Amino acid sequence: MSDQTEPFSAGPAEEIMLAARRSRGKFATAMYELGKAPLTAKFGLLMIVLYILLAVFAPWIAPYGEAEVVSPKVYAAWSDEFVFGTDQIGRDFFSRMIYGARNSVSIAFITTVLAFVLGAAVGVLSACVGGWIDQGLGRFVDTLMAIPGLIFTLVLLTIFGTDLITLILVIGIFDATRVYRLSRAVALNIVVMDFVEAARLQGERLPWIMGREVLPNILPPLAAEFGLRFCFVFLTIAALSFLGLGIQPPLADWGSMVRESSTLIGYGDITPLLPAAAIALLTVSVNFVVDWFLHKTSGLRDV
Amino acid sequence: MLLEMRGIEIEGQSEDTWFPIIKGMDLTLRRGEVLGLIGESGAGKSTMGLAAMGFARDGCRITAGSIVFDGMDLRAMPESQRRKLRGVRIAYVAQSAAASFNPAHRLIDQCIETAMFYGVASASEARQSTVDLFRRLHLPDPENIGERYPHQVSGGQLQRVMTAMAMACSPDLIVFDEPTTALDVTTQIEVLASIKEVVRELHKAAIYITHDLAVVAQMADRIMVLRYGEVVEEAPTRQMLSDPQEAYTKSLWAVRSLRKDEDTSGDKVLSIRNVTAAYGGGVRVLHDVTVEVPRGRTVAVVGESGSGKSTLARVITGLLPPISGTVEFDGQRLPPALAQRPKSLLRKVQMIYQMPDPALNPKRRIGDMLGRAVSYHLGLSGKARDKRISELLEMIELDDSYRERLPMELSGGQKQRVCIARALAVEPDLVICDEVTSALDQIVAEEILKLLLRLQRDLGVTYLYITHDIATVKAIADEIVVMHQGKVVESGPKSEVLSPPHPAYTELLLSSVPEMDPDWLDNVLAERARGGAGAAAVEGDR
Amino acid sequence: MFELLPGNFARAVLGQSATPEIVENFNRRAGLDRPFFERFGVWLWGVVQGDFGISYSSLTASSTGDQDRTVASMILPRLENTLFLAAAVAIVAVPLSLGLGLLAALYRGSIFDRVVNAATLTSISFPEFFIGYILMLFFAVQLPWFYATSMIESTTTFWDHLERIGLPLICLVLVIVAHMMRMTRAAIINLLASPFIEMARLKGMPPSRVIWHHALPNAWAPIATVVGLNLAYLVVGVVVVEVVFAYPGIGRLMVDAVVSRDVPVVQGCAIIFAAVYVLLNLSADIIGIVTNPRLLHPR
Repeated sequence: MSDQTEPFSAGPAEEIMLAARRSRGKFATAMYELGKAPLTAKFGLLMIVLYILLAVFAPWIAPYGEAEVVSPKVYAAWSDEFVFGTDQIGRDFFSRMIYGARNSVSIAFITTVLAFVLGAAVGVLSACVGGWIDQGLGRFVDTLMAIPGLIFTLVLLTIFGTDLITLILVIGIFDATRVYRLSRAVALNIVVMDFVEAARLQGERLPWIMGREVLPNILPPLAAEFGLRFCFVFLTIAALSFLGLGIQPPLADWGSMVRESSTLIGYGDITPLLPAAAIALLTVSVNFVVDWFLHKTSGLRDV
Repeated sequence: MLLEMRGIEIEGQSEDTWFPIIKGMDLTLRRGEVLGLIGESGAGKSTMGLAAMGFARDGCRITAGSIVFDGMDLRAMPESQRRKLRGVRIAYVAQSAAASFNPAHRLIDQCIETAMFYGVASASEARQSTVDLFRRLHLPDPENIGERYPHQVSGGQLQRVMTAMAMACSPDLIVFDEPTTALDVTTQIEVLASIKEVVRELHKAAIYITHDLAVVAQMADRIMVLRYGEVVEEAPTRQMLSDPQEAYTKSLWAVRSLRKDEDTSGDKVLSIRNVTAAYGGGVRVLHDVTVEVPRGRTVAVVGESGSGKSTLARVITGLLPPISGTVEFDGQRLPPALAQRPKSLLRKVQMIYQMPDPALNPKRRIGDMLGRAVSYHLGLSGKARDKRISELLEMIELDDSYRERLPMELSGGQKQRVCIARALAVEPDLVICDEVTSALDQIVAEEILKLLLRLQRDLGVTYLYITHDIATVKAIADEIVVMHQGKVVESGPKSEVLSPPHPAYTELLLSSVPEMDPDWLDNVLAERARGGAGAAAVEGDR
Repeated sequence: MFELLPGNFARAVLGQSATPEIVENFNRRAGLDRPFFERFGVWLWGVVQGDFGISYSSLTASSTGDQDRTVASMILPRLENTLFLAAAVAIVAVPLSLGLGLLAALYRGSIFDRVVNAATLTSISFPEFFIGYILMLFFAVQLPWFYATSMIESTTTFWDHLERIGLPLICLVLVIVAHMMRMTRAAIINLLASPFIEMARLKGMPPSRVIWHHALPNAWAPIATVVGLNLAYLVVGVVVVEVVFAYPGIGRLMVDAVVSRDVPVVQGCAIIFAAVYVLLNLSADIIGIVTNPRLLHPR
């Protein structure tokens, strides 16, 4: 209505911007944006690609097997034969690091996907349907969220034992509550828009409204949230593994590897820091990319 | 000369690039003079108004020119110097008073803050002069209203308090940035009158920014027309109104000349009988409303915010089932709730919204949107569907290439056209238009109204047109329904409703609509002072 | 829920070599032979009275009740240690992060802001044990400035205690400050975009007054939320750090109990964590409501 709402739509300039929006294809736009991306985001993307390659090709890259005891000497020093030495029962540390990319990352990824499918579906549904279903789900999730996550997980792991499926389910379901909160909130912003009301007045059914009217409009924040959730889940599982309650042996896992070799720190050996650094590097990378993505898609959000 | 701005250039940042907003503009102002800045959205009015204070919003920067205020160059001095002028010698009145007052402090403390901070006056002096200003601005209970917090005072009053705040240090220049745009017309006239009176009596210079010609005609001695960050034309008010020179100015002036000949014949397509409705079982927003709509005609529902006019639309569409009363369509009683209505009925009533932006899904292409409506309701597919989309685009005067575009690749007017096409795609009998032009610039709005009228002639569609704007009503209505606080005050053919005698509220509403005549405000106030109709209601509002 | 895995607990606690009599004795004394809801009810009633039950670990030793270790007696000294650490962290971290957040918001886009942004983003991405071990390696092993592990005994004096928690304190501060500072910055930036802030600037108010007089009175609610959220996170996040530095806090007690599946201890710790967490979030909400001018001064 006034200059306040749209300060930059200055006639001809607006025409130029409209034309600019039309001229480039999706791929070209993506490449263009990537070219302009800050160094941190480029670095982050490169690292993510590297981790994926490591995870996929682990058996070909690693010099030894995942659980293969290769040396009679435990905690062997770094050498040409064993790049990062051996662990507490004589397995090759370097090989286990590479397999760790596979286990730690994929388990966190599966858990995040579970949390997302569950949380986003219920969240969008809740926003679209409204009424007592929305109210009921909201109260239920509020209750779950009033409990500290890690503690809740610890209790459940005591009761059900620390196997992998339990771990994924417990963390996935617990994290789904946060995804539910976010997807419901962003979906609500869309649901109040007139085009959703217009679709309702046309007699469109719920699946159409959820899938075609609402979902495409909340994908950018959901994508960013996926990145942040992944980091959170990854760090949570790493922390649990570090405490000995997460991913169990003989699977190679970075969190567990830190715990198993932690005594070396006392002798000034940096080996235990390596798997920890691997965890840190991936989360930093994802965070850098998400930070840039958020900046791009909203231009406003700062956290 | 109080203010002299020469060769001003201002840029705004969008993503990583800087766009020009003001492209080399001059502005001069004498003491005691009121300059009106007028233009459509994006013309750079607000930006220029703020530049007069040596201020640029975050994301904007002044790149060239000089701003000389009372012999001092604002651009040449350090920010700390400029700060001492702001509020003391140059003051600002913002568009939304409700958002511009700090919710955490009392009004009086905010009003005297600048005076206290720069030691212009003692606390008791500042308070006393502010209370005097409150009184001059006809605020109720001037001694005590300052003790309240912003959320405890109504919008029209808050706007006047903000004017008092601006005048607290007795500045030489006041910048008014659309101070009445957010208000209803019956409130606006009061605020306009107060501002005009106080500016004139205290002999202040002012820059008055607005997009409303009739408003600026009342307030300004001289008018500057802006467009795309440049001055189109500048002249004293009377000369500008009677004899505009530039084509753009003439087109702005011509906007309000659209008229439609009244025709109220035709059988009733929609009958709303004795409808009473409430939200969430709470306060009733509609009381016993009865409206009849003849086929192929336009019924305008007029009212201010809170009159219940939009709620009426929700009752008709089934979004809000009424507590009592019926809605009949083509002689058939409509099921009250949306979910109970069959698809064939849904097709017959369509809706066009106020804001085209939220009414179009930003992720769907125009052709896809129109095509979905066509195939879902008319069962068309393949070539027939394509042909219908082309027809629709032609109908709204857009070429066929637009079907591949996303909403963000369209201008505001084009978006509203697409909304019209989507409503008409399914060949409805009744289209509800909810303030469809009030978010658009005046020239674009005029084009949309012309399009609606042409489509009515060609297709025989019926409109229920909801608006607060009397000029629009004059342009398109056959019949008028006046609503106030959830009740129908008056209804009938346009000619009857618009000519006297009127019920008190209609009189107040009609007389509050600003006209292009620069003497209009003075005349109305004189009339009301003599005790004309509506005066009582206005006093009651105070 | 324990019904799902009947013999498991006894086996997990007592080991596979335990004879059936010992298992039965354990189950009876732990109350595992009674229905779940009855057990839960008894436990809950106990908690209300301050009785958190008896640790399974003490049930293994003898069949009589002479040397029973109550959960409360195990938790209390540990809780004291954890609260000591958490309080020390809060005292350092809250003013530091609020100050940094405010500065970053004020000088948004500056070099300072960008450096702080990158640094905090990195810090929140690091697992706590990574930061912990780096600190230990550099400041305890290579440069003997701090204690590598934080042994605390009942005879440890206050100052000694403070000295021993040096590294866990720094580690937690690094993590918490990063989170809290980013959230503070976002909250302040959000607030500074309000029209009434622009109005204050147009009234000629200098930046310091805009911040203290106009922004801050409206900032208590978002700041309280940020602080509450992060202190709650601190109390939970302390678990890993306690393990890294072998600090005898409630977090380490809980982890040990989970490993040995000592359910009463886990339950006791969990309820204390949950209570602190809920309490902190609740106080944040209350501060938010109490300082909202719209609610302070109703129409």
